[in-house]
Amino acid sequence: MDQPSATNATQTFDPVEFETEPARYRHFRVTYDGPIATVTMDVDPSACIRPGYELKLNSYDLGVDIELADIVRRMRFEHPEVRVVVITSGNDRVFCAGANINMLGSSSHAWKVNFCKFTNETRCEIEDATAHSGQVYVAACNGTTAGGGYELALACKEIYLQDDGNSAVSLPEVPLLGVLPGTGGLTRLSDKRKVRRDLADVFCTTAEGVRGKKAVKWRLVDAVFPRSKFAEKVRARAEALAKEAAEGLPGGTRKPVILPPLAPEVTATSRTYRHVTLTWDDDARTATLTIAGPSEDDVALVERGGEALLEAGADLWALRAFRELDDALLHLRLNHMEVGLVLVRATGDPARTIRHDAALAACRDHWFGREVILHMARVLRRYDNTSRSFFALGDAGTAFAGCLFELALGADRFYLLDDPDQPVHVGLSALSFGALPMHHGMTRLSAHFYGEPESLEALADDTSLKTPEEADEAGLVTVLLDDIDWEDDTRVAIEERVSLSPDALTGMEQNLRFPGPETMDSKIYARLSAWQNWIFIRPNATGPQGALSLYGRPERPRFDWQRV
Amino acid sequence: MTQVSSVDLNSKIPNNVGLSDDPKLRRALEKWLPEYLEWWGDMGPSDFYDKPVFLRTAVSVTRDGWAHYDYVKMPEYRWGIFLAPPKGELTVKCGDEAGRPAWTEVPGEHRNALRRIIVTQADTEPASVEQQRLLGHTAPSLYDLRNLFQVNVEEGRHLWAMVYLLHKHFGRDGRDEAEELLRRRSGDPDKPRILGAFNQPCDHWLSFFAFTMFTDRDGKYQLAALAESGFAPLALSTQFMLTEEAHHLFVGETGLDRIIRRSAELQALDPNGDVRAQGGIDFDLIQRTINYWFSYSLDLFGGEISNNASDFFASGLKGRYREDKYEDHKALSGTYRLPVVEGGRLVEKDVPLRHAMNEVLRDAYVADCERALRKWNKTLEQMGSPTRLTLPSRRFHRHQGIYAGHFFDPEGNLISEETFEKNRRRWLLTPEDNDYLLSIMKPVYEPGKFANWIAPPKRGIEGKPIDFEYVKMHD
Ligand SMILES: [Fe+2]
Ligand SMILES: [Fe+2]
Repeated sequence: MDQPSATNATQTFDPVEFETEPARYRHFRVTYDGPIATVTMDVDPSACIRPGYELKLNSYDLGVDIELADIVRRMRFEHPEVRVVVITSGNDRVFCAGANINMLGSSSHAWKVNFCKFTNETRCEIEDATAHSGQVYVAACNGTTAGGGYELALACKEIYLQDDGNSAVSLPEVPLLGVLPGTGGLTRLSDKRKVRRDLADVFCTTAEGVRGKKAVKWRLVDAVFPRSKFAEKVRARAEALAKEAAEGLPGGTRKPVILPPLAPEVTATSRTYRHVTLTWDDDARTATLTIAGPSEDDVALVERGGEALLEAGADLWALRAFRELDDALLHLRLNHMEVGLVLVRATGDPARTIRHDAALAACRDHWFGREVILHMARVLRRYDNTSRSFFALGDAGTAFAGCLFELALGADRFYLLDDPDQPVHVGLSALSFGALPMHHGMTRLSAHFYGEPESLEALADDTSLKTPEEADEAGLVTVLLDDIDWEDDTRVAIEERVSLSPDALTGMEQNLRFPGPETMDSKIYARLSAWQNWIFIRPNATGPQGALSLYGRPERPRFDWQRV
Repeated sequence: MTQVSSVDLNSKIPNNVGLSDDPKLRRALEKWLPEYLEWWGDMGPSDFYDKPVFLRTAVSVTRDGWAHYDYVKMPEYRWGIFLAPPKGELTVKCGDEAGRPAWTEVPGEHRNALRRIIVTQADTEPASVEQQRLLGHTAPSLYDLRNLFQVNVEEGRHLWAMVYLLHKHFGRDGRDEAEELLRRRSGDPDKPRILGAFNQPCDHWLSFFAFTMFTDRDGKYQLAALAESGFAPLALSTQFMLTEEAHHLFVGETGLDRIIRRSAELQALDPNGDVRAQGGIDFDLIQRTINYWFSYSLDLFGGEISNNASDFFASGLKGRYREDKYEDHKALSGTYRLPVVEGGRLVEKDVPLRHAMNEVLRDAYVADCERALRKWNKTLEQMGSPTRLTLPSRRFHRHQGIYAGHFFDPEGNLISEETFEKNRRRWLLTPEDNDYLLSIMKPVYEPGKFANWIAPPKRGIEGKPIDFEYVKMHD
């Protein structure tokens, strides 16, 4: 059997690019009508991101989801007038059949895992827009809504299903494929829609799903409407929701901020953006991610307030730099699988970054200022979720401060140089204390000090610039090194890190990065994805006789009945 | 209709499934029966419910019992539940477990698949009654009127047969599904029947005959495949249904043959060979009808390359037509070659045989339809007509499977959408066709008399003469 297959081994293909734009969409149509946008999914079966399968029945692959992510992101910046986003299907009978099974069956483990992570992040972004941007997503399921299709609907605030005696919502992964509904399905069923757990058990083991009134009764959907009235009823609901969502929104001129392509300069070993540089060394299995802080002009601009931000639009440092960081992380994840350790550097003037953050935080009552901060928070969550080791290196010339200090706090270790000749200052800012939460709801600072509440208390609202010694004293540094030790100690640490098992490291890091309580979001990554990724490598799913391998083949799966 | 007592129920429902000793089943049917009668009252041929009809009723599975003829008013028809008597030891006929003893109870592993198979089959039965409910008003003769009603009551009984399986073997889900079967309506945009052809209008007799010829014939092949099921109650139930289905196919095939015969007569009669001028149905229109119903009926077999078909076969739930004629019942290694559209042209492709099981069944069906076409052309030949009718390619005008979304001419050549649309009116039934057919279809209720557009049958029903009063229109 050809499992795992080499079909998606990245080296045989062009790297995946995560940037796209509306003119290039192959799978979605987006229409705007005042405060209501309609996203119509109509997947082009032949436009797959990798060869070897067909995207039938509105099923999706990474390429489809890259477009969806682009739609969700642009909606917030380019269509600030939109209050309700209705997701529906352009297919006659099917809303969405979920992730393409042949694609999953023929993909490498790494591809599957990265695909699932990216799709999960997009669904969390949908919920983030609903919760924080007054852009409420509604699923108008005008046909069969299966697997990942229902999981997409679950990410929406409300779900409406066509009642035609046929259209059902379903999560057939367990009975049909021997895997989990891993794009948040199980978690949102229990934690978001609060479906009774015994009914959820029945639902998740019934391949054909549940339709009509029963789907409403089980809270799987919010309502069912007959086919002939479906569009009209959904529209009426969308209008009512748009009115609700318009209440209490932040102010500012609702002028679109168009996001131009980032267009990095790409070489065989680097991607250079305006503020971010990513370089990689395949032999050493390391990469270096450098992000430059704001300039004095950038700070002056932000200090002029929300409308000035809006004038700057996508050129605003805080938006541009974090978009670049986001793209660099995605590139690293999918196109450089063997890079295990990322060395992170922030440059600039730390005091300036702290001033910048204070000014930006003051723009939170402006819709665009708020969106910029929400975007920073999402990118930083992507950083937390990236299965690479991160070492923040605070050597000479670095400036880990404010929002960039989050990269040090989010890293697995923070090395700081203590050299009186070249003092490296660090500091917290107005954005350090709650504006940029992690997936599990905590700030990176409070997660850092989960076991030391007094250290956290001591730093409350402290945005002063700190010397290396002060920072170390405050507990913000993993290892403080003088200039004599720096070179050798960091080299050894790096070499040691890249020699450890990548699997164990991923597991360890993901456990240690998120101390404290869970939220629905963090459970999706920590519990659901972790189980899913385990099941993905088990013979019962992907072995030669596994259910996922054999789906679509004439043989039927044979299970190893041992419960492990 | 109010509560029916169990004693009543047992006498009302001829059966060989031990209904009197099965309180659970009785309770389920007691609840369902009034709802069924209400549906039959609303959606059956209710304008004729006070007329005695010379009907066949199955009262037992013995040779003389399954076809008991008498005058019955349709509301009093006794819908029975019968399983064909098993011949020898029942086994799983196909798939991974071929040769093992058949299941007498639903195996949990296959429960959902079986329920889906049964519901899909069951849904077609009431659907066709709904499609045909007004045809009595335009019947070309009492003989045909009687045949229509015979088909109607038997489709009703087929629904019973399937509901029995749902009630007996699928618990509460089964009861819910049985109720849903009475809620969906043919052609209703909000509650359509499951399969496309069963939502198409069938509002004149040419369509009725084409429907019983082509669409009921799909039913025959589906039933025959299910008669090979490893789930014994389903196999035995469908085997018995097949005996009734044969009559429906007879009605369709001979009905079209009689129209063709009459059209050939009118063609010869008219100085210009113009059938329409003589008030008959011209051959182009007949050809369009064949094209229309044949293509919709082909859709019913499902996708050419189908995971479901493979699963059903592999699990032993659904076999091939006459599975015992095959040597290899596992069909694990073989392939099936079929033309697929790739890059804008047709290329041959091999797919695993199990995935092509729908296509294998469709092959048997197409061969059977071709046989009927040869017969009709023989009729034309005998009548001295120069016209010949043809069966379109199975790729033509499809809405399901790998050819859906592409355009083909009736010969099966890949063409553009534009070319298809330009020829649509030449190839498929048009609204004007329907108007014309409705204009010539006036009821003929006099014993032995036939509408101008159709020839009489060769013989009557159950040895009765052609001018027998098959339906008593005046008491
Ligand atoms: Fe039938
Ligand atoms: Fe029939």
